[in-house]
Amino acid sequence: MNDPIYERIQANPRFQELVAKRERFAWLLSIIMLGLYLAFIILIAFEPQLLGTRINPDSPTTWGIPLGVGLILSAFVLTGIYVKRANGEFDALNKSILEEVQQ
Amino acid sequence: MIARLLTTLGLMAVAPALWAAGALEGDVQRQPLNISAILMFVAFVGATLYITYWASKRNTSAADYYTAGGSITGFQNGLAIAGDYMSAASFLGISALVFTSGYDGLIYSIGFLVGWPVILFLIAERLRNLGKFTFADVASYRLKQKEIRTLSACGSLVVVAFYLIAQMVGAGKLIELLFGLNYHVAVVLVGILMVCYVLFGGMLATTWVQIIKAVLLLSGASFMALMVMKHVNFDFATLFSEAIKVHPKGEAIMSPGGLVKDPISAISLGLALMFGTAGLPHILMRFFTVSDAKEARKSVFYATGFIGYFYILTFIIGFGAILLVSTNPAFKDGTGALLGGNNMAAIHLANAVGGSLFLGFISAVAFATILAVVSGLTLAGASAVSHDLYASVFKKGKANDKDELRVSKITTVCLGVLAIGLGILFEKQNIAFMVGLAFSIAASCNFPVLFLSMYWKKLTTRGALIGGSLGLITAVGLMILGPTVWVQVLGNAQAVFPYEYPALFSMAIAFAGIWFFSITDTSASAAEERARFLPQFVRSQTGLGASGAVAH
Repeated sequence: MNDPIYERIQANPRFQELVAKRERFAWLLSIIMLGLYLAFIILIAFEPQLLGTRINPDSPTTWGIPLGVGLILSAFVLTGIYVKRANGEFDALNKSILEEVQQ
Repeated sequence: MIARLLTTLGLMAVAPALWAAGALEGDVQRQPLNISAILMFVAFVGATLYITYWASKRNTSAADYYTAGGSITGFQNGLAIAGDYMSAASFLGISALVFTSGYDGLIYSIGFLVGWPVILFLIAERLRNLGKFTFADVASYRLKQKEIRTLSACGSLVVVAFYLIAQMVGAGKLIELLFGLNYHVAVVLVGILMVCYVLFGGMLATTWVQIIKAVLLLSGASFMALMVMKHVNFDFATLFSEAIKVHPKGEAIMSPGGLVKDPISAISLGLALMFGTAGLPHILMRFFTVSDAKEARKSVFYATGFIGYFYILTFIIGFGAILLVSTNPAFKDGTGALLGGNNMAAIHLANAVGGSLFLGFISAVAFATILAVVSGLTLAGASAVSHDLYASVFKKGKANDKDELRVSKITTVCLGVLAIGLGILFEKQNIAFMVGLAFSIAASCNFPVLFLSMYWKKLTTRGALIGGSLGLITAVGLMILGPTVWVQVLGNAQAVFPYEYPALFSMAIAFAGIWFFSITDTSASAAEERARFLPQFVRSQTGLGASGAVAH
């Protein structure tokens, strides 16, 4: 382990920008995911009849079905959003920082 | 209102209990010998043993053995993670829950999924950037090797042991039920096969067994869902209205029901599920099989997609079973109960939509599913012993690859013998609590130490060691004193600890213990450990110095 390079990276403003951006993004998405899940639970807790209400009186499909399936899809979509930004923007920034300090 | 909320949280928490119950509790009716199922299973075993042979020729170094040399792609690893996570018990258990309660089954499966995005956002890439073979590599990165690796190895082994017992007993029962094979024969067979995969094929073979199993399970379930939808002309409204017509609960299957005991246990189990997944050694190990953080992220993306898709399929399958199985007297006994119990709903549906050949296929897939899960567990247990205990603690990091691998292989055989022994020993025991306990321990010992080692600069060896041990001891202790073990297993009248799942308390104790014994640690070594946080942090963020793929 060569400490100087780690300190150089740490001191690099672009590294700090990367860390701040990525952390904020990761925590934001985590809070959205947990928030959606919690909201779903609270809905079941306080308004269970709402989830059991038919969307359309002629059809047996209740609001609970699209909401439940939507939650599953949102987990997938949120991971997709994170991977897209992390593997694109963040990794590119990361690569340029590493190239810069290793010169 | 609050009570209602707690009750709902409770619903989330019964999930693992149901899940474990899906592992087929108690006595099962042995079915007649199912020839087509056995033939298909033999084909699966033949194919996987061939892969094991192929993998054994490529396994030359420790990195090959533990992590397939980091050569697995994100997509493959995503499938393998899904294969590791979707157990036979969850397939049969969730579809059975939908079959009996409808919408509750969907609520329940969501609880298992929401932990995955959080693992991606907060853990996956740091873990990949810092670790090499086991999660203890990460936890002990800047702390004292001996102490932290011993703690992590203990945490891993305890989790693996409980999980393995639950899987072995479930496997024996399931095979007895599906194939008409004797319980002991089934347990020995599972033990021998898993040892073969892990011993000769290492992580490469284990990964491919999991991938094949995931593909088989997903295609089998897709086919069943497709046939169900075809039956109702691809109209969900028809599916639901037909189900409401024939289900004894009627319209209630379309809204949240209630299956809760006490709210504290419920919340506790919810926590165990959410954070336990992030502390399961066999799941964490999968992140080291890919080449870098980029692929690690992709793995979670694909895994979340496959697992979510699978849960949607089981929901359709459960409704399909209401339509096609509950209305067919051929699948019921004299009293009107489902043959072999409600856990057989999906299996009977396979017969209803695809005939006996497809029934054989689904039965073989269920068996394959168990093999994939136990192989991953065995490999994680063996690496905790050889990489953490032997190479890092006993030999102080000076062991050579060859010796380390030998220890790993000896451990694999020992674990196989142990698993068979425990499987036979626990045949008649109540094992429903074991999966919940494994998750509770993972959430109370492995997760806090791992998480804080990556996120909290002030963590010291003393804090991690004392806090982590407290979490481990509290989780196991409270479980023993709780209703499941103290009353149901040991036969006492009254439980000393009133709640079924300890995670709420044991996680709080672990975090508080780690915090207190870290901030009060003023030793010189603690100061050095805090100073090492900087390079660790930079590496975890940038991947600089991370172990890469091994070139072949």
